[in-house]
Amino acid sequence: MSKDDDTAREQGKYQPLSYFQLMEVTLRELLVEKGIVTEEEVQAEVEAMRRRTPERGARVVAKAWVDPQFKKRLLDNGSQACTELGIDVAALKLVVVENTPQTHNAIVCTLCSCYPRTLLGIPPDWYKSRNYRSRMVREPRAVLEEFGLKIDLQTTIRVHDSTADMRYMVLPMRPAGTDGWSEERLAALVNRDSMIGVAVPRGMRPAGNG
Amino acid sequence: MPQARFKPGEKVKVMQAYPLGHVRTPYYIRGCVGEIERLCGSFPNPEELAQMRDGLPPQPLYRVRFRQQEVWPDYRGSASDVLEVEIFQHWLEKA
Amino acid sequence: MIPRSHHDMGGLPAGKVERTEHDHAEWERRVDALAVLMGARKVTVDERRKNIEALPPEDYERMSYYERWIVSLAQSLLQRGVVTTEELARKMIEVERRAAG
Repeated sequence: MSKDDDTAREQGKYQPLSYFQLMEVTLRELLVEKGIVTEEEVQAEVEAMRRRTPERGARVVAKAWVDPQFKKRLLDNGSQACTELGIDVAALKLVVVENTPQTHNAIVCTLCSCYPRTLLGIPPDWYKSRNYRSRMVREPRAVLEEFGLKIDLQTTIRVHDSTADMRYMVLPMRPAGTDGWSEERLAALVNRDSMIGVAVPRGMRPAGNG
Repeated sequence: MPQARFKPGEKVKVMQAYPLGHVRTPYYIRGCVGEIERLCGSFPNPEELAQMRDGLPPQPLYRVRFRQQEVWPDYRGSASDVLEVEIFQHWLEKA
Repeated sequence: MIPRSHHDMGGLPAGKVERTEHDHAEWERRVDALAVLMGARKVTVDERRKNIEALPPEDYERMSYYERWIVSLAQSLLQRGVVTTEELARKMIEVERRAAG
């Protein structure tokens, strides 16, 4: 019995299952009956995914900021570099793209919602939305402005459409005035949206670049 | 196993075809000319995997870089703005 | 819609990006988990994507992300013969009866 059902019963409220919730229960029970999966495996995977949060990506970014050799390895082979930090990314084929004063990167998946999930967790709703997926490849500057990020024309915008096996993460620029900061303190500046490319890290001015 | 035919920097054109089936080459990029940014490796063909076949042998997959102004006739932004898309070799021809 | 599939939307006109986020419900997380587990058992993401792309446009638009996933996973399992339509029907009736208490 799921936690949702338990809660509903505790509250004395019967929440009828939607067609799709019914389908989820149905498929799961059939797969368990057929010995294809177990309930424990499903729960374990739910928990594993819950533990995957943007903080993992933030650690990778902070390390790249303080360690130029790590950064080089990260840009060369993103997945391998993550495992150096003890971050299990499973089968992820990660490409890390670096923001510089000359170049700003942003990620989209026009065809569905490809995202480095095993590093950063489940993508936000807006990333999967029609409006983002349609417009980000065609008018990235307008979309970024809607996110509060104005990139001047001297800076090149590089949009990555994740159409196949690679998954992308932006390595944002390190905010000024953070010399000597610990990795932990730096990581706290790195928000999820800066790793998608629609924001800059906390502590950076959103207007312009750097 | 198909050989990787293109090298970074090489100019390629995306096949201008509109076949049925599961396709990972976006509609908007077909017929466009870009340059190879890198070879990503070789991977099973998603068009075949979608049909419950094994997609083997693996096909070379490239990141291809396009100038935004060459993809969209009305693009307003910097002339240096680019769009990078992963495209399988069988969708690419030498430009 | 032929020849341009409804899901292939890059470059089409669209509105302002609504920066909605929601805490995923448990059932949605379980859909995600099932998809991952079945992926390890060779039900590929490509098959599931194909099935999502085959949804009628109105359904694609009105269904939420995980609603599309669970339907496409069911279609994939049917196509592979892992489950049958009759099995689905009987189990759905059973689950509904049980949920109604």
